[in-house]
Amino acid sequence: MNSRDRILQAVKANQPDVATLPDLQAFISPAPASLETFRKVAAGMGSHILEIKDESEIPALLKQYYSDANIQQVVATDPSLYDIAAPLNWQTGDGRQLQDADLAIVRAQVGVAENGALWLTEAELQVRVLPFISQHLAVVLDQSAIVPTMHHAYERIGGPQTGFGVFIAGPSKTADIEQSLVLGAHGAKSLTIFIKG
Amino acid sequence: MDTSIKDHAALAEQFNANEPRVNWHDETLWWVRQKRDKMAWSIPEWEELREAASRIKHNVLGNLHDYLLEFERNAQQNGATVHWAADAEEHNRIVLGLLQEQNVKRMVKSKSMLTEECHLNHYLADHGIEVIDTDLGERIVQLAKEPPSHIVLPCIHKKKEEIGDLFHEHLGTPAGNADPQFLTAAARAHLRSEFIQSRVAITGVNFAVAETGEMVVCTNEGNADMGAHLADVHIACMGIEKIIPQRRHLGVFLRLLARSATGQPITTYSSHFRTPKPGQQLHIILVDNGRSRQLGREDFRNSLKCIRCGACMNTCPVYRRSGGHSYHNAIAGPIGAILAPNLDMKQYADLPFASTLCGSCSNVCPVKIDIHQQLYKWRQVVTQEGQASGAKAAGMKMMTSVLSRPGLYKFAGKTARWVLRLAPGVANNRFNPWSKQRELPAAPKTSFADWYKENRKQ
Repeated sequence: MNSRDRILQAVKANQPDVATLPDLQAFISPAPASLETFRKVAAGMGSHILEIKDESEIPALLKQYYSDANIQQVVATDPSLYDIAAPLNWQTGDGRQLQDADLAIVRAQVGVAENGALWLTEAELQVRVLPFISQHLAVVLDQSAIVPTMHHAYERIGGPQTGFGVFIAGPSKTADIEQSLVLGAHGAKSLTIFIKG
Repeated sequence: MDTSIKDHAALAEQFNANEPRVNWHDETLWWVRQKRDKMAWSIPEWEELREAASRIKHNVLGNLHDYLLEFERNAQQNGATVHWAADAEEHNRIVLGLLQEQNVKRMVKSKSMLTEECHLNHYLADHGIEVIDTDLGERIVQLAKEPPSHIVLPCIHKKKEEIGDLFHEHLGTPAGNADPQFLTAAARAHLRSEFIQSRVAITGVNFAVAETGEMVVCTNEGNADMGAHLADVHIACMGIEKIIPQRRHLGVFLRLLARSATGQPITTYSSHFRTPKPGQQLHIILVDNGRSRQLGREDFRNSLKCIRCGACMNTCPVYRRSGGHSYHNAIAGPIGAILAPNLDMKQYADLPFASTLCGSCSNVCPVKIDIHQQLYKWRQVVTQEGQASGAKAAGMKMMTSVLSRPGLYKFAGKTARWVLRLAPGVANNRFNPWSKQRELPAAPKTSFADWYKENRKQ
């Protein structure tokens, strides 16, 4: 008998009686999400929040916010989000073609008020490593896509539509050295969220 | 550090040699515990969430056989290759085979307590393959040639000056620079070049969803994603107990995990890996290594509900004052002390005794594992199996003979109070292990029984 069959046999012999799964409906309250909560919690996670009425405001706001950051290479997954074209063929390759990306601009499907997290999938990102390898990250989120909790988020997202999806809450961070919080461990050093009203 | 023959008490004594450092360790972890409390109290339905999480995991334990098959089927449909490993040795052999297939001599790994449990790094090093740990804390202890001392905060026992020295030696940072911001930036540059060069990446798994065949990996640093998305081959290593039934159950666990671990509302990255990226291989290794045996131990199977948040360590008065290395096991603290005896009862016979049984671990556990009760039960199993230390067994026998005879107990109490008042050195000396790093309070004049008899009359 191979290991697979041995493990499965041992598990079957040793597992207790099946208990029923709990009902999660009680966690999904119908109360609407609070923009104020999202702003506060996302800022607490280190995100920089800007409210906009129109996406045409984005390039100027980014240039202003990152004026000291020496931004050269900008990759907008939707060309309409930025006024300078992304490098040619940025989608082609194994991800290493993005190692010099300074700023990535992407769209999020969902925002979660209780933890400031944004749901991004391979469909918007096109290249999975983009939001991690880029030095800075900007995310565009419709205010109507903000939900109160993770339960609401999964209800809205449903089953997987793509091969990869990620909740991102703030810039990459670590506190491994004496519990001192440092932003910019391996992923993006900053996260700017544009909330479109 | 040689931990092979020393038990928890002896290793804790080493850790306690430096009292200011013990106090600092204690206070730092208590601060993390307080951050956890603040987060828990901000969620009105916190207790309901813990209950739901515990019940989902209970359902998993009772249906694990079918969930494993469902996960395997879905993962294969997603394009992943699923491997099964009965023990650590087989797990390591599978990983080595995959690396040799790729002809790889150096690769990146993000945090995986399972690979620590299996001692994968040493095994691969013996076969000429260098593993670069990419979690900052894990990289630090790796450079120091030490194991992690905490499952979430691997180098919580290290001072920044020591880390500065390590980075000076290994990464060429200026001598004497111990600024966390500066050192983190140096590690970022060093590890970026490793990510870019590495063709294979190993990650752990926080949750594996039977319904979808996807795996969720949680990090704050983004190291799992940097490794996995750039690699030609992604190897995900997981214990068979990481399965959860449905995607929506992630809502419950992702709400609990980071709040319990570090007092954050969620980790920075909660990545859902379902299919390999185009042109990539995705290998998932399902590891038993004693888990199916623990599943059959009715008193201890709940330990398999653990989601590795570390809250039980941060709150434990013994862990905080004895340090993670004193547990001489990949997983330290209260949860480590109930998992380890299942792996090797003789080697880890001391761990269930490394507790005051205060119950704080059970109170903070996000999946409601009855940790302190299992510690108590392990003590009985360990003693019955003849694995308790001789002194402990003799002491217990003496206590039993005294406690089962009320007259003798009364006499012994009276004698002890009299002796301790006149000569406290009888107890507070180096021959009594209980007086190490402790001082006995002054003995009272009367016993509680006498006091009660006296005061009830009034």
